[in-house]
Amino acid sequence: MYGNDFAPPEDAPGGGLLGEVEAAEAALREAAARARRGAPAPDEDVEAYFTDVIDADQKIEPRDWMPEAYRKTLIRQIAQHAHSEIIGMQPEGNWISRAPSLKRKAILLAKVQDEAGHGLYLYAAAETLGISRDELVDLLLDGRQKYSSIFNYPTLTWADVGAIGWLVDGAAIVNQVPLCRCSYGPYARAMIRVCKEESFHQRQGYEILHTLAHGTEAQKAMAQDAVDRWWYPSLAMFGPPDGDSTHSAQSMAWKIKRFSNDELRQRFVDMCVGQAEVLGLRIPDPDLRWNEERQAYDYTQPDYAELMRVIKGNGPCNRERMTHRQRAHADGAWVREAAAAYAAKRAERKAVAA
Amino acid sequence: MTGQSSPLWEVFVRARRGLSHTHVGSLHAPDAELALRNARDLYTRRQEGVSIWVVPASAITASSPDEKDAFFDPAADKVYRHPTFYEVPDGVSHL
Ligand SMILES: [Fe+2]
Ligand SMILES: [Fe+2]
Repeated sequence: MYGNDFAPPEDAPGGGLLGEVEAAEAALREAAARARRGAPAPDEDVEAYFTDVIDADQKIEPRDWMPEAYRKTLIRQIAQHAHSEIIGMQPEGNWISRAPSLKRKAILLAKVQDEAGHGLYLYAAAETLGISRDELVDLLLDGRQKYSSIFNYPTLTWADVGAIGWLVDGAAIVNQVPLCRCSYGPYARAMIRVCKEESFHQRQGYEILHTLAHGTEAQKAMAQDAVDRWWYPSLAMFGPPDGDSTHSAQSMAWKIKRFSNDELRQRFVDMCVGQAEVLGLRIPDPDLRWNEERQAYDYTQPDYAELMRVIKGNGPCNRERMTHRQRAHADGAWVREAAAAYAAKRAERKAVAA
Repeated sequence: MTGQSSPLWEVFVRARRGLSHTHVGSLHAPDAELALRNARDLYTRRQEGVSIWVVPASAITASSPDEKDAFFDPAADKVYRHPTFYEVPDGVSHL
């Protein structure tokens, strides 16, 4: 599968994606072993060298020369990705105390903890590009950088936790699997780790919906309602349509991005149709149908005007999410101060004893 | 955040007995003990390791990528260090 990142859509949904992550990991090792390209010769143009490494599908590492725009693009993308993982804990965190059983509670806790971990891997990857953790945190807290709009929608019922796992984590995986082959080493390695963990997230969500959809009429109706509300926002997670996407071409050339927004969205739709059938739930799109010629499903586009409204700060929960994050950060200040004071005290004692 | 942020630590995990520690990522922590605990929570949630090292990032001295070729050059012209450099006469075994 190397060199042609994706398995055909008829592959098993979860297994296929995990297979791609493993293929990306193998490709990373293989590219490192292959064509051992040393550092640029003293008289060699660093820019030509950079392009060479990217063309050879090798990785750019933190201390390599890179164009300023490449560095900036990556910092923005990785940081916004990290912020999304952190804010993304809120909608589901909302249900931890009300999960219907101890087992579901333990699973959901583990899932939300994973998302915190993803945020931290990604912040660490962004820091290798020369920005500090404090700056990154501030960029989120004062709203200068965004997080994924999907987390500005509310989780109204327990079925929403299922729909998030299946659709939101599912869309995230489709978006993230190609990032395992990103040209920037620390980001690619973080994404491999993240993607391996994400597949549990998607499956636990799918299982929640499957259980509800095969329960009482009321449970099934609740599951359907959740899918109805999360379907289009999930499609919008892939971003604006290709025609309106501003950064795409350059990111593709740098191999930060490997597929266009519309390609990934199509892949996601094609994956979901069969999965919805097994659930016995309806995808809320009357125009969803197989297109023999394209060998893909025709589907209704999400409302991009709504996406823009939510990005601008006017989704159902934008203010709530930001307020919560700012409060949590402020409430944690004493812990950080206490830990720093304790570390300083111990260092001092050590110095005296020595 | 108030005051200076806590220092950066590089994390190395030994996946299984018999393997070497491998760099897995980094994290911030005020001291070594907390760095170790945070590393356990962050990098071994799925039993990915049996041993963890944390090293202050500031304690690592790295060779610079720019001087990589010159720095490693001395090893480049010593092909005779590899067994494949030597021709083994026909009929010789166990060599
Ligand atoms: Fe995640
Ligand atoms: Fe997730």
